[in-house]
Amino acid sequence: MRFLKNEKVLNVFLYLFLGIILAMPVLLIVGLLFKSESVLHANSLSDLLFSTEWKPFQGKFGFYSYIYSSVLVTMLALLISVPICLFAAIYLTQYAKSVYLKVIQPVIDILAGIPSIIFGVWGILVIVPLISHYVAPFFGIETAGYSILAGAVVLSVMIIPFILNILLEIFKSISKELPQASIALGATKWQTIKYVILRKAFPGIVSSVVFGMSRAFGETIAVLMVVGNVAQIPKSIFEPGYPLPALIANNYGEMLSIPNYDSALMFASLILLVIVLLFNLAARMLISRYETKI
Amino acid sequence: MKSKISIQNLNLSIGKNQILKNINLDIPENQVTIILGPSGCGKTTLLKCLNRLIDLEENVTITGSIFLDNEDILHTKSDLPGIRKKMGLLSQRPYPLPMNIYDNIAYGLRINGIHNKHIIRESVEHNLKQVNLWDEVQHRLKEPASRLSIGQQQRLCLARGLAVKPEIILADEPTSALDPLSSTAIEKKFVELKEEYTLVMVTHILRQARRIADYVVFMYLGEIVEHGTADEFFNHPKQEKTKAYLEGIFN
Amino acid sequence: MQISIALIVLVLSLIVFSIFYRGLPSLTWEMVSQTPKGGYYFGKEGGVLNAIIGSLYLAFGATILALVMGLPVAMLMNIHLRKFKKLVNGVRFLLDLLWGVPSIVYGAFGFSVMIFFGVKTSLLAGIITVSLFILPIMIRAIDEVVRNVPVGLLEASMSLGSNKSQTAFMVYVRQCSSAIVTAIMISFGRAIGDAASVLFTTGYTDSIPTSVMQPSATLPLSIFFQLSSPIQEVQNRAYASAAILTIIILIISVLSRVISNKYNKNKIS
Ligand SMILES: Nc1ncnc2c1ncn2[C@@H]1O[C@H](COP(=O)(O)OP(=O)(O)OP(=O)(O)O)[C@@H](O)[C@H]1O
Ligand SMILES: [Mg+2]
Repeated sequence: MRFLKNEKVLNVFLYLFLGIILAMPVLLIVGLLFKSESVLHANSLSDLLFSTEWKPFQGKFGFYSYIYSSVLVTMLALLISVPICLFAAIYLTQYAKSVYLKVIQPVIDILAGIPSIIFGVWGILVIVPLISHYVAPFFGIETAGYSILAGAVVLSVMIIPFILNILLEIFKSISKELPQASIALGATKWQTIKYVILRKAFPGIVSSVVFGMSRAFGETIAVLMVVGNVAQIPKSIFEPGYPLPALIANNYGEMLSIPNYDSALMFASLILLVIVLLFNLAARMLISRYETKI
Repeated sequence: MKSKISIQNLNLSIGKNQILKNINLDIPENQVTIILGPSGCGKTTLLKCLNRLIDLEENVTITGSIFLDNEDILHTKSDLPGIRKKMGLLSQRPYPLPMNIYDNIAYGLRINGIHNKHIIRESVEHNLKQVNLWDEVQHRLKEPASRLSIGQQQRLCLARGLAVKPEIILADEPTSALDPLSSTAIEKKFVELKEEYTLVMVTHILRQARRIADYVVFMYLGEIVEHGTADEFFNHPKQEKTKAYLEGIFN
Repeated sequence: MQISIALIVLVLSLIVFSIFYRGLPSLTWEMVSQTPKGGYYFGKEGGVLNAIIGSLYLAFGATILALVMGLPVAMLMNIHLRKFKKLVNGVRFLLDLLWGVPSIVYGAFGFSVMIFFGVKTSLLAGIITVSLFILPIMIRAIDEVVRNVPVGLLEASMSLGSNKSQTAFMVYVRQCSSAIVTAIMISFGRAIGDAASVLFTTGYTDSIPTSVMQPSATLPLSIFFQLSSPIQEVQNRAYASAAILTIIILIISVLSRVISNKYNKNKIS
């Protein structure tokens, strides 16, 4: 530890490391922009984003069906997980004894730590057959199970720990102050939750959803494994889709001989990055506004 | 009376708040100087200027000088760790380092380049004896310091400070978290230590000040209202504010 | 509402159960002690030792690299740059943003940098990419604890004559050791489990890499690639890999709990 004495040399490293980290987002964006330049040259931005025409050999790269799949899977996943998380968070912070939370927290943490590939395997083992044998037939539909719905279910489980942890933090911090006052006025517990806590927590809830959204949007492997990977505009959630991250993962480095192909995939990464950064930015702003409000 | 520290025209603001206003003060060598004053008047801040821990705070502007043996430590080119080392700090509540008892004392030696095991061991024993802690802990030197009682921890912190051979000991309400017995132990130690060190202590306890002070400084709202020898200060206070404070009819 | 909790617990159990139910029967001694014979995609014999070792190399390498860079930065933010709270909060914000960037983006970015420099897929490229991907997690996990260290400890250390780096690496590191261990564990878990960032950067081989410049198999990709094989025995290797990965993750999760409780003994409160 004697080298710590000489701070001058050490500080060079410390600030260098910090510099690398500060440069990271810039590097990511500039790097991806640089690589996607040629596809942006050959195609108009609106074609890239809103055309469904995906013909790499003709230099046509319309990302619409991929973006559509991504959005659909993400929204559906949120639709499943947000209510569960809300109820769980309300129950754990407002109704249950505090030991409950202590028992549940490890479960949430373990769930958060499970790699996405494992969720994918689980999806193949459980969710896909479930949809193909039980859920779809119930609606009179025939499918192999690899579908938007399968992707969304797997994804929803993956983002539950993520959203739930944020919600728990928010509800914990709110319930310390408000409820007594409200209950003292004679409100029932559920009224208190509905009118006071949920209202107060609203920006936080929105931000947790946006966080979850950005998580879901960028999730790759697990979705790729169960979503079917067919580039189309799915007509129902039982049809397969092909989200952006899956497109990148499946094809990158494969067809380098096709002009602009890798550039197009870099552009896809760029879309992903920008959307996720924007979501994150929005969520953080919401949450910070909300924290100062308390 | 020789002065160890000489503060001249010291002004300090944090942001837009002026915390210390035109402080001029000579702190006598080898004596116990007590700083008195109501809460928030800037006592801690003044101490932090002396060892320049104030540098760790945000938005601070300081003007003036603080001379330590004729070196202006506010505008010096010599290294800050060297200056801080000259002033041991005892804070309101003890902060033992997150290591065992032995290492708590050895730490200060090691960072100052002393790695000889014999010297370190002797210093540990010597300084623990200095603060009357040796008998209590000599068989548990490898235990975490956090397991000691608060009173023991505070004495350990004093020993730790003494081990790096400071010239001055700054103490910010060092007994406020302690039980009466431990407080007395610290007080007694302070009186003994002035043979070798210059001591500056902040306290809220008037009786404690009367017991050990040689020199007293009374601050109010960032200014020094009055300072003088203990005898002058307690028996013949000049300022109305001082009188009021001594009679306990303040606030 | 209780149903939602039950659902979450049920789903976790279901995941673990289904992975083990399918994977454990294939988890023979041969599986963990041999590399695949006759190609990982078509060969029916052998195991996934290449992926186990490769993943461990990769995760250790990336975690160490991220720690070496991340720990100093976390300390820098809270000790050296203590006075610049706005700057530090800006860095935190940036790190949180980076934390949200999907691993596939890191992977794609890493790959294009590799092409730029003419580097082939290799363990080293994977380690660097993954370390960048886990770096924000590592720093923020440590930072959250370091920022709550009482300022009195900083003052105590400084007043003994320590400089800031000594305070950081000799005092704060001890005070926060449990948090650092937890951060390492979380990062390691991320590193060993992520597939998208290693897909283009680390490659895949049947053999155990003998240098960092060689490509390497990893557990997630061992699952991903072998699962799509039509051959039952190859699929079994995938499920066995899934079971191994799950076991590793569960062990990490338990260990980090145990260790973080144990390492607290010198910590002052
Ligand atoms: N970091 C800071 N930022 C802003 N204001 C500060 C800061 N530190 C201290 N102050 C202000 O400076 C004034 C003096 O504080 P200081 O801690 O020196 O008082 P004190 O005399 O030690 O009080 P006490 O007896 O309660 O310890 C107070 O009004 C305090 O609010
Ligand atoms: Mg004070």
